[in-house]
Amino acid sequence: MKFTLRWLKEYLDTDASLEEIVEALNTIGLEVEEVKDPGAELGSFTVARIISAEKHPDADKLKVCRVETKDGEVQVVCGAPNARTGLVGVFAPPGTHVPGTGLDLKVAKVRGVESAGMMCSERELMISDDHQGIIELPENTPIGMPAAEALGVNDPVIEIAITPNRPDALGVYGVARDLAARGLGTLKPLRDDTFEGTFDSPIRVHLDFPDGDTTPCPHFVGRYFRGVKNGPSPEWLQRLLTAIGLRPISALVDITNFMTYAYNRPLHVFDADKVKGDIHVRPAHAGEKLLALDGKEYELEEGMTVIADEAGPEALGGIIGGEHSGCTEDTTNVFLEVAYFDPIRTAMTGRRLNIMTDARYRFERGVDPAFLYKAADLATQLILELCGGEASHIVEAGSPAVPPRKTRTFLLRRDRVRTLGGIEVPFMRQKEILEKLGFEVEEIAEGLSAVAPTWRPDIHGEADLVEEIVRIVGLDEIPSAPMDRPHAIARPVLTDLQKRMVRARRRLAERGLLEAVTYSFLPKRHAELFGGGARELELANPISTELSDMRPSLLPNLIAAAGRNVARGQADVRLFEVGSIYLSDEPEGEKVMAAGIRRGFSGPRHWAQARRPVDAFDAKADALAVLEAAGAPVSSLQVVQGDAPDWYHPGRSGLITLGPKNVLARFGEIHPRVLEAMGIKGPLAGFEVFLENIPASRRKGTARPALKASDLMPLKRDFAFVVDAEVPAAKIVQVAKGADKALISDVTVFDVFEGEKAESQFGPGRKSVAIEVTLQPREKTLTDEEIAAVAERIVEKVRKATGAELRG
Amino acid sequence: MFHQVEALVIDEHTHMGHLKWTLEEFCKAFFETENVKMRFRASHFPFTEPSMEVDINCSWEGGQVKVGEGDDWLEILGSGMVHPNVIRAGGLNPDRYQGYAFGIGLDRLAMLKYGIPDLRAFFEADLRWLRHYGFRALDVPTLSGGLSA
Repeated sequence: MKFTLRWLKEYLDTDASLEEIVEALNTIGLEVEEVKDPGAELGSFTVARIISAEKHPDADKLKVCRVETKDGEVQVVCGAPNARTGLVGVFAPPGTHVPGTGLDLKVAKVRGVESAGMMCSERELMISDDHQGIIELPENTPIGMPAAEALGVNDPVIEIAITPNRPDALGVYGVARDLAARGLGTLKPLRDDTFEGTFDSPIRVHLDFPDGDTTPCPHFVGRYFRGVKNGPSPEWLQRLLTAIGLRPISALVDITNFMTYAYNRPLHVFDADKVKGDIHVRPAHAGEKLLALDGKEYELEEGMTVIADEAGPEALGGIIGGEHSGCTEDTTNVFLEVAYFDPIRTAMTGRRLNIMTDARYRFERGVDPAFLYKAADLATQLILELCGGEASHIVEAGSPAVPPRKTRTFLLRRDRVRTLGGIEVPFMRQKEILEKLGFEVEEIAEGLSAVAPTWRPDIHGEADLVEEIVRIVGLDEIPSAPMDRPHAIARPVLTDLQKRMVRARRRLAERGLLEAVTYSFLPKRHAELFGGGARELELANPISTELSDMRPSLLPNLIAAAGRNVARGQADVRLFEVGSIYLSDEPEGEKVMAAGIRRGFSGPRHWAQARRPVDAFDAKADALAVLEAAGAPVSSLQVVQGDAPDWYHPGRSGLITLGPKNVLARFGEIHPRVLEAMGIKGPLAGFEVFLENIPASRRKGTARPALKASDLMPLKRDFAFVVDAEVPAAKIVQVAKGADKALISDVTVFDVFEGEKAESQFGPGRKSVAIEVTLQPREKTLTDEEIAAVAERIVEKVRKATGAELRG
Repeated sequence: MFHQVEALVIDEHTHMGHLKWTLEEFCKAFFETENVKMRFRASHFPFTEPSMEVDINCSWEGGQVKVGEGDDWLEILGSGMVHPNVIRAGGLNPDRYQGYAFGIGLDRLAMLKYGIPDLRAFFEADLRWLRHYGFRALDVPTLSGGLSA
């Protein structure tokens, strides 16, 4: 919403400066987006006269002018066709920033003749598009006068953002009312002369709705004007409209625009000679067409409200007029429409047909339903003043759609501003603010009884009244009040899942992975590589095809990120993310995951340590670390080889499960096909942990029983097994652990020997796996016999479970 | 994409003065300066009444924004007293219970604090960026050590 300072002062009697007004607007909730002060911007431009204009010695189209300026005579080379002796125009001295060209003027030689400044066109001043020639001002304009003043553009333009609850502030008058309540001056009353009219309107108005339900247009006030002369509107009106970015069209149309912006009161004017018979406001028939004033033809649907004559729709109620009955320069008889249209229907129709107009914008937020007669009179006055002619009596249908007083009456308790708003405002000041905003206020025992004005559809209760008072007083005035602290130490509030997420992040960060946050969306081609891409996970309205689907896994976006880093010369990438994936469009299809990738080498080149390419075991270690941090029972987990989804390498991947069904994690090297499709070279390994699948810990809090540490020395024994190559080492570890749960405290793999050399030694398809078993005696030192018995049990169990033979 | 932190207090006496204090304390702790000036402006949100928007002072120099300096204002959050209808929908009597709510865009706050010019950088996972803005893995905010890593 834009308006000019002078326009505001038409309604607000005030001495306040522009700065004070801007500050007040911001405070009271009419946020100032921009202030343009052409007077200040055009400060260096002044009125000057061309004393002489001679042809340039070396150029046909240029003239060398002697110019009288406020600082004396200067020489200017000018290319404008209208540059001539005696012309009074606008001069810019060297050093001036010319808004139209974006350049700073310098003293320059133009084809060998010095030019110290410039005579300007309107476009160079950015006050219009006119670049036909330089500006010509009346000859008696004083030399040296600021150009903005001479051009009448020294009226600051203020643009405010209006929140949807404040339709009344979509008119300058409403803005003035708010400022007056704030104490920035006095609101001037509207002119109160009314017009009786001198004849009966030949056009009558009817509300034709089925069953008499006139909700879509409960009230229509019209007036007929005969003998008007429509032409360009006067300069003051053109300037106002131009200043706020509207194009002056003709007096009649400009008057409707003026009413829209001055009073939030959109109107329409019909060329009465093109209206056939009476005016009927009615629901549109499906398939009816309207060629609107925007030059487009719209096909209407049932439920839209049209203003029709006997020939058909002439306008779309509350939204846009029709081309056929629009006013032109030749219009002599006019029918003025001042109607109230229902906000919801207006919004739906406008949205359906995709038409945005100043009228729709206002009707869908709510114009004042009680402001029809008065608006008709204000418009009548302007039409008669600007276009002459004669006005008819009012012709109307329906009645004002004003909500009953009872539903607009609210109680403001005496201490409510203090207890909700946190500020003491004297009772009488509260009353005064509400009254200045247009409330009818009565003092009663409990406080104030306030009737909301008809232009404030947003007032629904006491809290709204508190808001009115605190916003006008100013929120900055509210004293800060420290919050109570009911507990010395806050109780923990994180859920199990939230804790797991935090712990997963910290563990992975400790392990040298960097945390990334990637989009929840990804291109369909990537989604499909990771089991996604289903229709229900496509976005209805993606911002780009690269973000078209919900992610079925965290890996693709991390892999894509790795690709970008590799392209920037960061070859070794370690990234993780904790976030949601989407496996269906149901709530349970969203899973919280911790996932990560490693790409390239295990570390930088090092003098003491060889580096190696990352592999599935790195990913497995990451996954197990996350599981351990998140509280999974790590010693009870199984690693299942070969069942990981197809974006993993089939032979170098696995699942980590708890029991036969509960998959807690998957890991492995990413399938070469996937890497190729995503345009990145391996080695690249990744893991995904389903944080929600980890069973809740049975332990409450972090307390634990006392440590029973044995005084006895643990002892270690090594076993080397020869097994089939496909038997996972983890299986041997798991079985060995189970051989004596009381005695065996740890089992680790310390050597794996496989491949051609191994096969030549152990036979085709065989390998050797060596484990170290730690025995922790509890009560007494173990005897040789006891140790031998455990060893035998281990060998036996492993043989039974895996077919392994002890390596000879 | 952006991230949002939401706050809600409901009891029998929390008012706009408490909301202002909370926001002031938060901004001082987050931006690690006592100098941050705040401006409270009336606004409108469907779920609060009264509603307010909050600006902090900043300076723009050479395309860099600095919080707690200069005369420009930058909007950082929306807030207000929880709308009686919301309290009612939550199963409480709005004549007895009241409270405040606010919401802040985390990314926006981080951009201000760290002078990050482009929101998209947050989601690029550029290792150089992550290393530059990242925190030590075990840095935990505490009242004694500072709430802002």
